Amino acid sequence: MSGTSTLLEVSGISVTFDGFRAINNLSFNIGAAELRAIIGPNGAGKTTFMDIVTGKTRPDEGSVLWGEMSRNLLKMNESQIARIGIGRKFQRPTVFEDQSVSDNLMMALKAARGPWRVLVWRPKEEDHARVAALAEQVGLGDQLARKSGELSHGQKQWLEIGMLLAQEPKLLLVDEPAAGMTLAEREQTTALLVELAKTRAVVVVEHDMEFVRRLDCKVTVLHEGSVLAEGSLDHVTANPKVIEVYLGR
Amino acid sequence: MAVCLALPAFAQDSVAPTVDNSPEAAQVLPETGLAAILGKHAEAIAKPSRRTIGPVIEEIGAAGEGAPEFLEAWADKRVGQRASDGRFFLIEKVADGYRLTDPATGADAGTAAKSDISELRPNSGVRGVIASALVASQLNDPDPARRQTALDSLARDGAAEHLEPLRASIEAESDPALRERKERLEGLLTLRFDADPAARIAAIERFSGDLGLDVRAALNPIVTTTRRAFAGSPEGNVAAVLRPGRQITAEEAYTLLVAQDLAPARLTRADLRAALQANLQDGQVGGYALEELDTPAARDAAYTALEQAGIVPAAATDDEVTALVAEHSFADIYTEPNADVTSAARRALDAIETKVGVMQAADLGLDALSLASIYFLAAIGLAITFGVMGVINMAHGEFITMGAYTGYVVQLLIPDYTVSILVALPLAFAITFAAGVTMERLVIRFLYKRPLETLLATFGISIALQQIFKNIFGTQARPLTSPAWLDGAWVLNDVVSISYIRIAIFVLALIFLGVFLFIMKRTRLGLEVRAVTQNPSMAASMGINPDRINMLTFGLGSGIAGVAGVAIGLFAKVTSELGSDYIVQSFMTVVVGGVGNIWGTLAGAGLIGTLQKGIEWLNPSNTLAAQTYMILFIIAFIQFRPRGIIALKGRAAGD
Amino acid sequence: MELKPGFLSKNPSVLVFLLVLALFTLGVTLMSEAYGSGAISTSFVKTLGKTLCLCLIAIAMDLIWGYTGILSLGHFAFFGLGGYMIGMWLMYARTRDIVLGSLTGLPPTPQEINDAVATQIFGVVGTSELPAIWSFAGSLPAQLALVVLVPGLLALIFGWLAFRSRVTGVYLSILTQAMTLALSLYLFQNESGLRGNNGLSGLQNIPGLTADQDHLSVWFLWGSAAALALGYLLAAFVTSGKFGSVMRGIRDDEARVRFLGYSVETYKLFIFTLTAVIAAIAGALYYPQAGIINPGEMAPIASIYLAVWVAIGGRGRLYGAVVGAAFVSLVSTWFTGGRAPDLNLGFYTVKWVDWWQVLLGLSFVLVTLFAPKGLAGLVDMVQGLRPPKRGGAPLGPDDGSLQEREANE
Repeated sequence: MSGTSTLLEVSGISVTFDGFRAINNLSFNIGAAELRAIIGPNGAGKTTFMDIVTGKTRPDEGSVLWGEMSRNLLKMNESQIARIGIGRKFQRPTVFEDQSVSDNLMMALKAARGPWRVLVWRPKEEDHARVAALAEQVGLGDQLARKSGELSHGQKQWLEIGMLLAQEPKLLLVDEPAAGMTLAEREQTTALLVELAKTRAVVVVEHDMEFVRRLDCKVTVLHEGSVLAEGSLDHVTANPKVIEVYLGR
Repeated sequence: MAVCLALPAFAQDSVAPTVDNSPEAAQVLPETGLAAILGKHAEAIAKPSRRTIGPVIEEIGAAGEGAPEFLEAWADKRVGQRASDGRFFLIEKVADGYRLTDPATGADAGTAAKSDISELRPNSGVRGVIASALVASQLNDPDPARRQTALDSLARDGAAEHLEPLRASIEAESDPALRERKERLEGLLTLRFDADPAARIAAIERFSGDLGLDVRAALNPIVTTTRRAFAGSPEGNVAAVLRPGRQITAEEAYTLLVAQDLAPARLTRADLRAALQANLQDGQVGGYALEELDTPAARDAAYTALEQAGIVPAAATDDEVTALVAEHSFADIYTEPNADVTSAARRALDAIETKVGVMQAADLGLDALSLASIYFLAAIGLAITFGVMGVINMAHGEFITMGAYTGYVVQLLIPDYTVSILVALPLAFAITFAAGVTMERLVIRFLYKRPLETLLATFGISIALQQIFKNIFGTQARPLTSPAWLDGAWVLNDVVSISYIRIAIFVLALIFLGVFLFIMKRTRLGLEVRAVTQNPSMAASMGINPDRINMLTFGLGSGIAGVAGVAIGLFAKVTSELGSDYIVQSFMTVVVGGVGNIWGTLAGAGLIGTLQKGIEWLNPSNTLAAQTYMILFIIAFIQFRPRGIIALKGRAAGD
Repeated sequence: MELKPGFLSKNPSVLVFLLVLALFTLGVTLMSEAYGSGAISTSFVKTLGKTLCLCLIAIAMDLIWGYTGILSLGHFAFFGLGGYMIGMWLMYARTRDIVLGSLTGLPPTPQEINDAVATQIFGVVGTSELPAIWSFAGSLPAQLALVVLVPGLLALIFGWLAFRSRVTGVYLSILTQAMTLALSLYLFQNESGLRGNNGLSGLQNIPGLTADQDHLSVWFLWGSAAALALGYLLAAFVTSGKFGSVMRGIRDDEARVRFLGYSVETYKLFIFTLTAVIAAIAGALYYPQAGIINPGEMAPIASIYLAVWVAIGGRGRLYGAVVGAAFVSLVSTWFTGGRAPDLNLGFYTVKWVDWWQVLLGLSFVLVTLFAPKGLAGLVDMVQGLRPPKRGGAPLGPDDGSLQEREANE
């Protein structure tokens, strides 16, 4: 364990769907300011792992603890988990297509989430400024008034990252951020993720080894629902078990 | 009574000689049989006494032709004596007198003026003697049909005096079925009327656990009670002592006292008001101003004032009421005085009730099963379209109606009910199948992936179809008659029975389950349907045309609704609203059962059928309440199994 | 409710709506028998007043369905409950007045008044006891509070149960339909204490007011218009700003909203209860104009008609809901009232009393198929504001969001 305190501690979780073991006694730790890549073949349990951390799926056993107070995430629902500082970016860009870019960002902006508070909440000057800044950061500065459904695929990805940032999470779970991006956009994404990981924890789930190499961080390899190997990319790619899993026997 | 019945044997000789002295006897001597006997005993018959008439009746009973009718008429006060010659006739009142019938020959004997005839009015004791003689003669009648009729009337209103002749007739009974029946009746009469308590208890115990309604009807009068108040401790055969405030309220206890004249009636509010009203003088009552008398306290005070002035009678005060109630004891008293008999009867009834309870549960189970098969039939088509295609078809109910109307129209064309049902079932399937496919092609296929809008569009079709049915067939119910061989019910005993039509529906449901399973598991179509359900685009890339599969699936679901309509129409009223009466239950069945699984639908139908019957059993007077509670239960059920009894889990659920 | 300056200027349609409503009310008043030329009969003034109430419940429906994506088939139950609550007071107070007027001699005790009123009201269902739920019927403020509280509480409990277990989509629709059915079946029983299928009647007479129906009808029209205006303002306030964004977010992708940290269930419950209360208020204004309420009014089909109005008007837009409710209910009155001329096809004469339902059903199918935006879509065409097509938009997890229409093309 590194010098920084552990932010998220997942230990011994298992989950079964109709007899199929999607996650099998999986344990995972990440520090408060750390970048981590999770790789693994299809069906290794990457998405299910994220579902468990964000509260979408309940594990059959094991524990998920959060922060210095070691709060039990399994007792919380999705929105509570999101409010304590875990943000998630989906594989497919999911933004509210019927609403404008600024509405999307405004909704994500860190603020009170209760219905009464939201009902009477009206954006102040600094909120508008913050939204504009975020939009600038993800390259949508001149698109604020557009309906997000009209954006290109890549722009939607960026908008979603912008919404994630607006939440100011302590832990970011990013599912295949580079999918469908151009080379230049990938570079930009990599830089952003590395930058973000200086102040918070970032977990990136990725297929693309090249992209992972560029992130230059600790790598966790998942296979059949449990951790197969962990360490630097060079270290894990040298692991014979990993080679077998990725290249076949 | 038994004493009286035993009398004739020795009394005959002593009575007979006195009769010979009557003047009429000589006159009718040439006649034989009934006429002779009537003539011989004319005086005794005209003025019968219970003590002496026995032998005469015995003789008449043995007289052969015409005797039973005569006795019957006599007991019914339909016999008259002609004043002119003292002869007896069966009489019938007509406008200006009587029509006469000769009792011996049955021949019409003309009419007579009112003054000519004196009606015979035997007293109740004599009527009893007549009845038992009549019964004895009928029970020994050579014609089994008449014996049967006699037994029927005995079973209906047997009385103490029937017991002896019934016992006497058992020995000679040749027909085994009749003999068995006589023995049963003997037992039932014994437990009610025998003079010997031991014999009654023995008879009661003989019937312990017998489910027959006749046994319960015989036992219940023994354990009837009356509620009474006593100045001292309760007297008689006490069923239960009632303490005021516990088993009986003080109010009821006092009412009982008033009813038995053991206490004065309390002053009711209406009486109080009337008394005050009557004593209103110059806007004052008993010194109180009229305007003040708008509270019970003020009125009581005014009444007390009147009471003290002696204007109105004193009314029982609360203290007096309490004291009177405390002074008396209250109890339920058996009408039957013998405690051993009542306790034996109670035990027997308890045993029977336990058994009846079990049987009622079985009967309820059968009812629930048949209701479940109806819901299953109604819901299976819905489950197919909802489960396989994710389409909610609000017009499903109208397809059921369509099936029922098809049955009705076919019956108009084919008068033979059996043939018409056999034609109607496939025809209803074909028609609703076509309607379903048309609807799918024209509307639903444009709305896949938009389930809420499908719901509304099919609802639009539903209201249009319903109105069209109304325009064509009118609002009144149309008959859809089941074949004669489906009439009647399969009766296991007095408690458990199920009508054949419900059995037929159960069988139909089973057939449909089988057919559905066969189609889904064993045919190419089923394979393709399952493929399209799980992954339409993958199925499409493997050469399956999802369009065609959706169309056929929808047609199949609608077709089954049509068949269900014919089945439901056989026992429900066929109106344009037939389907909508079942649609919500069908939805519930699908929702409770879980989507996408035929076994789920089956389980849902079973649960809802059982539940509805169960609630109706708890609160039988109110079917509406049963439905309300059932829906509330379902809302609660959804809390625990939001995806139904048989739910797909994990990734397959496609969250 | 606090309206920031500029709220109206940011929502010009609200101003237009309020203006149109005010002109309409003024126009009807000037043509009424009580205050104007008499060109509009009192019964038609009542019809118009009732239509305004229906517009108000349509707004509630639009909030819950058009904006939040929950197709509730239960809002007419709340409407009816609101009507019952006010109806209890109307009936009780009026009967009490009659009873007091007919009594002679001794001044009655409260018990006697109660008994006499109970006998009058419940004679038809064979009892003369005042059920416990009528305890407050003598007090107007209490019953007015119950108009809000009873439906609100029912919506709160039902919504809590339904949303907590994450019942969504068609399931939820069927569940709300079941709730409505259960309620109407319950009210059909005499034991419910609300006169079973007789319902409450004589509600058009307002106790304590001596004004005739001509005047009353206009006053109720004003009341209904005011309620509609307030309801519209409230709805516009709720749907604007971040709360509106969250509502639409829940409609389009509720899982995503959850991951943004909003408790979707709480929001749904909030909106469900709010709209139930709006519906109840609409009902409380409607039934005194209708004069009679019975459980048949609350049958599930009524709520489905409500969805039909909103869909035909155009959901997701407040004025769409209002236009739909007004248009369909007035046209429906015209057709079913026998005022529409028969259509002679030569071989068959179409009597609209018989065929209007068919026409309505089919036009509903057509609207769903070809004009999912309803009548309000016409406004878009006129303004040329139709948003460009968003081809290739992936189907969201929550089927039924508006933009997925393109997916099938």
